[in-house]
Amino acid sequence: MSQIFILADFAGDKSTKTTAELATAAARNGSVTAIVLAAPGAGAILAATVKHGPIANVLVVESADFATHGVAAAADAISQIIAQKSPSAILIASHAYGKEVAGRVAVATDSGIITDAVDVAADLTATQLVFGGSTTVHSKVSNGVPIITVRPNSIEADLSDSSPAVENLSLTISDAAKLATTTSSTPPVKGGRPELTEAQVVVSGGRGTNGDFSAVEGFADSLGAAVGASRAATDAGWYPHSHQVGQTGKTVSPQLYVACGISGAIQHRAGMQTSKTIAVVNKDPEAPIFDLADFGVVGDLFAVLPQATQGVTAQKS
Amino acid sequence: MKIAVCVKQVPDSWAEKKMVNGVLDREGVDAVLNDLDEYAVEEALRIVEAHGGNEEGGANSVTIVSMGPERATEAIRKALSMGANDAILVSDVALAGSDALATSKVLAEVIKNGGFDLVICGTESTDARMSVVPAMLAQRLGWAQLTFASIVSVDPAANTVSITRTTEAGVDAINAKLPAVVSVVEKINEPRYPSFKGIMAAKKKTIDSRDLASVGVSAESAWSLVADSAPRPPRAAGVKVTDEGNGGNDLVKFLTEKKFI
Repeated sequence: MSQIFILADFAGDKSTKTTAELATAAARNGSVTAIVLAAPGAGAILAATVKHGPIANVLVVESADFATHGVAAAADAISQIIAQKSPSAILIASHAYGKEVAGRVAVATDSGIITDAVDVAADLTATQLVFGGSTTVHSKVSNGVPIITVRPNSIEADLSDSSPAVENLSLTISDAAKLATTTSSTPPVKGGRPELTEAQVVVSGGRGTNGDFSAVEGFADSLGAAVGASRAATDAGWYPHSHQVGQTGKTVSPQLYVACGISGAIQHRAGMQTSKTIAVVNKDPEAPIFDLADFGVVGDLFAVLPQATQGVTAQKS
Repeated sequence: MKIAVCVKQVPDSWAEKKMVNGVLDREGVDAVLNDLDEYAVEEALRIVEAHGGNEEGGANSVTIVSMGPERATEAIRKALSMGANDAILVSDVALAGSDALATSKVLAEVIKNGGFDLVICGTESTDARMSVVPAMLAQRLGWAQLTFASIVSVDPAANTVSITRTTEAGVDAINAKLPAVVSVVEKINEPRYPSFKGIMAAKKKTIDSRDLASVGVSAESAWSLVADSAPRPPRAAGVKVTDEGNGGNDLVKFLTEKKFI
C-alpha cells in the first residue's frame, strides 16, 4: 500500500476537522501519515490531538523557524520530508497559508500542483469547481509528487478516533527559507461566531441592509452561523472586508447559506453557489439570487429576519 | 528603488466563463486588468512617490511585468496610465494553457535579470484564483516572501521592507531585507483612476514584448492535466413565498424541515 502524506491543520493547540477531511480523502489512496510542524517542545501536545480515524502515522518536526519564518520554513521542511520519504502525494488545507506552502513545495520538488480541490479520488484525480462553481473540472497531476490543496468543508470527514504511531524527525531548515522574519503574531479576533469558510451555516447581508447588519447578525447568532457580506456591503464600509463572500472575497460552501438583501450578481454568486442549501430573503422578486434559492422569501429583511430569529430561538428553547 | 509589479489580464469578473478543450476560453469574453492587481500597481506608485517620485531618469521606477497573449497590452496600458513607467510582456504561443508553475518560472526569469529591488503582486487572479504565484516567485528567486500584506512600508536607507500580513489565521508583522516579493490584499489602498493626462502618456510608454527565447527559458507543458470539465447543472427551482406578515415563520418552517434547527 502506498504512503500518502497530509499536513495537519491546527487551530491553536488542536487539530481541526479539516485535518480529518484531508485524512479521509488521503486514505482512499494509501496509508495516511500526518505531518505536524511544531515549536520546540510543543510537538507532543499537538500530535496528541491528531488522532482522526484514517491516520496511521504522525510525523512530528519541531523547529522555532516555523513561527519565525512562516510559509517558507514550512515549505522547506515538507520538501525535505518528500525527498526523504517519497510519498505518493501530499494533501494540504486550501487556505492562504496552505496554498502558499503548497506552491513553494511544488517549485522546490519539481511537482505539479492542484489547488482548491473539493474531492480527491483513490487515483488522485482531483475535482475542482471553477469559475465560481459554475463548472466542474477533473484533473490529475502529471509530474513529480502530486501537491493537492483541499477546500475545508468539502469532504465528509471520518471523525472516529485512532491511535497513530508518532515518529519524531529532526530537520535543519535551510537559510534560504529564513529570509523573511515574523516579529509578532496576533490570532484572529474570535467573536462568538464560527470562521466564515469553515462554518456549516452562513448568513450574509448586502445592499438591502442599508448598513444595518443587526438583523442579519441576530439571525446568524440564533443559528450559530458565520456572518458574510456582499461586495456592495463591504465596499460601502458597512461590514469588514474579511467577511466578503464572492469572486474577490471568500468562497464558502456551507450546508446552509442564507442571502439577505443581496441581489445575486455573478460577483457574489461566484463565492457561494456551491452551498448545499440556499435560502434567500429579498424585497425584489426579480432579484437573480432567487434563481439559486431552494427557499426564497420576497419581503423586507427587517421584518422577516427578526420573526425568523424569534422562531428559531423559540424552537431551540 | 526599482519595483516590478506583476499583472495579469483576465476575463471581466462580471462575465460568464467557460472551458474549451480543458482551458479557460479567453477569446469570447471581455478582458480586463485583474482587479486585485490594481492594488499592487497603486501600492508600488505610493512607495516610489513617498521616496522621491518616479520621474524619468530618476532612481525610482515602476515596471509592469506580465505574461499573456499580445492582447494583454490592453490591461498593461491601464496599469501604465495609472502611472507606471514601462512594461515587459512575455508572449509566446508555446505558453498557451500554462499553469502557475510555468507562469512563475517565466516571471522569475524576467525579474531576476531586471535589476529590481522589490516585486509587488495582487494576492490572486480572479480567473484561476490559485493564489500561489507570489509564493512560487519568492521560492524561485530565492527572495524573501512577504505576502497578504494589508500595510507595506519600505526603508530604502536600511534596504528593508516590513508588512502586516492579514489572513484568516490572524495578523502578523513580518520584515525582511530587500530584494523581496510582496503581495497585497484588496483594500490596502484605493487604486487611483487614470487621469486623461495619464491615459495619453501611457500611449507613448514602452511595452517591451518578448518571446520565450529572448527571456531564456523553455516552455513546459502544464504539470496538471484536465481529464474533463462540464458545466454544473443549474439548481432545481426552489420554493418562493411572498411575505405577508408570516415570511419569517415560513423560513423557520423550511429550515426545520431541512433539519437545520
